Amino acid sequence: MTQRLARPPRLTLAATTDAPNIVEVRRISKSYGNQIEALRDVSLAFPRGRLTTLLGPSGCGKTTLLKIIAGLIPADAGDVYVNGRVVTGPGPERAFVFQDFALLPWANVLRNVAFGLELRGMAKDEREALAAKYIRDVGLAGFEKRYPHELSGGMKQRVGLARALAVNADVILMDEPFSAVDEQTRRKFQEDLLQLLAVERKTVIFVTHSIEEAAYLSDQIVLLTRRPGTVAKVLEPRIDRSHGPEAVRRDPAYLDAVEEIWAMLKQYLA
Amino acid sequence: MATSVAEAGTARPVRTRFANVLFWRLVSIALVLGAWEIAGRIPVSFAFPPFSATFAAFVGIILDGTLPAAYLTTLQPLATGLVVSAVFGVMFGVLMGLSRTAEWALAPVFIVMQAAPMAALIPLVTFVYGIGLTAKVLAVCLLAAPVIVLNTYKAVRTVSPSLLDMCRSFLGTPLQQVTKVILPAAGPVIFAGLRLGVAAGFIGIVLAELLITPTGIGDIITYSSSIADYPTMYATIASLIVFAGVTVSILQQVETRFVRPEKRA
Ligand SMILES: Nc1ncnc2c1ncn2[C@@H]1O[C@H](COP(=O)(O)OP(=O)(O)OP(=O)(O)O)[C@@H](O)[C@H]1O
Ligand SMILES: [Mg+2]
Repeated sequence: MTQRLARPPRLTLAATTDAPNIVEVRRISKSYGNQIEALRDVSLAFPRGRLTTLLGPSGCGKTTLLKIIAGLIPADAGDVYVNGRVVTGPGPERAFVFQDFALLPWANVLRNVAFGLELRGMAKDEREALAAKYIRDVGLAGFEKRYPHELSGGMKQRVGLARALAVNADVILMDEPFSAVDEQTRRKFQEDLLQLLAVERKTVIFVTHSIEEAAYLSDQIVLLTRRPGTVAKVLEPRIDRSHGPEAVRRDPAYLDAVEEIWAMLKQYLA
Repeated sequence: MATSVAEAGTARPVRTRFANVLFWRLVSIALVLGAWEIAGRIPVSFAFPPFSATFAAFVGIILDGTLPAAYLTTLQPLATGLVVSAVFGVMFGVLMGLSRTAEWALAPVFIVMQAAPMAALIPLVTFVYGIGLTAKVLAVCLLAAPVIVLNTYKAVRTVSPSLLDMCRSFLGTPLQQVTKVILPAAGPVIFAGLRLGVAAGFIGIVLAELLITPTGIGDIITYSSSIADYPTMYATIASLIVFAGVTVSILQQVETRFVRPEKRA
């Protein structure tokens, strides 16, 4: 992540692909047991090549929705479509970045990043060469032989991101990836993520608690209501990212988005 | 990098600390042996020989070959029993950890086995399997297996659910989930169970040799006590304690060396 790349205008990108929405969620409902209704009748579209954040009060079902899209848990009703096909389980076109990193403590950075490829049966030399490339891309060159317990939270999450990028999935699902990371590291990571995504052309579905983070990163922001989670509002802030991160944080569109999200979420506070 | 600097800085203190530990360990051993010697000389009981007499008896039974021969005899059912317990124990434990049905069927058996005074069952073993090698191997298994099974089972059950989700989301097959996530994650706890199993196995074999037929170590203990040769009896018992202690601490070394718990968060 050495060179600074402005984000490409994504509208043209979407127009060049056949289906504009790479992921579609149609009328998803999910309950845990009889008591807890986590999601009710959620329908959403995730445009190809865009970053969408899911934002909502704690316990409103964000993680649940993300895991349903990942195919890790089944929905009670409704379907998820990826590239027009119904999701029945995890698939090669989706990769997950975990809130608690989910790194193998007994494996070094290189093996952790290559783990998705290892599970697919790729030969050792080949997968380690690929992993080494993504380790450099996330800025961890020189740490290949380190173990997770030797890394800071921010570095661990870079490993998690590199692992997701290495399997070359079109869709990256991130569940509060920066929540266990301090504020400075978090900002740096957000900037790096945007640059990386500009190069890699991924579709990202991103769960966060942070209003600023959502406004800063997103092409599309989905606001969910309190449990049972339903879609309250979908925002599409048109933020000009071509003048760098400082300019974004002063952009009126960014400030409006922050204001609008806050006005919406405020009502859920007791 | 930062750590190598830290290592260079602490190399000397570490060595002196080690020497310190060794010194105090020797002091504590000397104190215990000294107390033993004094208690034996008072004497506390006519059946309690001082350390010096015990040590002399120890040298005696080593030189005349009694003790080495006894150990060879004892180790045979012990080793067999431990290998059987380890292989089947880990297998059952993993099975119980993975499948609710296996858990439902097997867990109560082993939990009861661990809680029950298994020594009481050893006469029953003799009743069914006679007084041969099988009975002794079984005695070792009865004591060693439950702790191995239950540790393995708990270790498999407590593997981080997020690691399992991770494996699944990156398209790991159920078999890969077991070999690449569950077993390595459960490794240290399984190994700790094996270590406890070995310690329990020692109890099993001594009980078997005392309760079933006196052979090997049990034979020396029974015989020397019946002819009131207490120094020999104590020498044998002490050698057994030292032997079990050394075995278990070797396993502990192997564990820290190869299972590498320090590489874990
Ligand atoms: N496995 C489960 N069993 C029972 N209830 C669950 C389970 N997982 C989640 N829930 C409940 O479902 C609701 C939604 O959970 P979810 O984790 O999706 O929320 P979230 O929006 O991600 O919350 P947070 O912002 O705190 O991460 C919560 O009330 C939670 O307690
Ligand atoms: Mg969550």
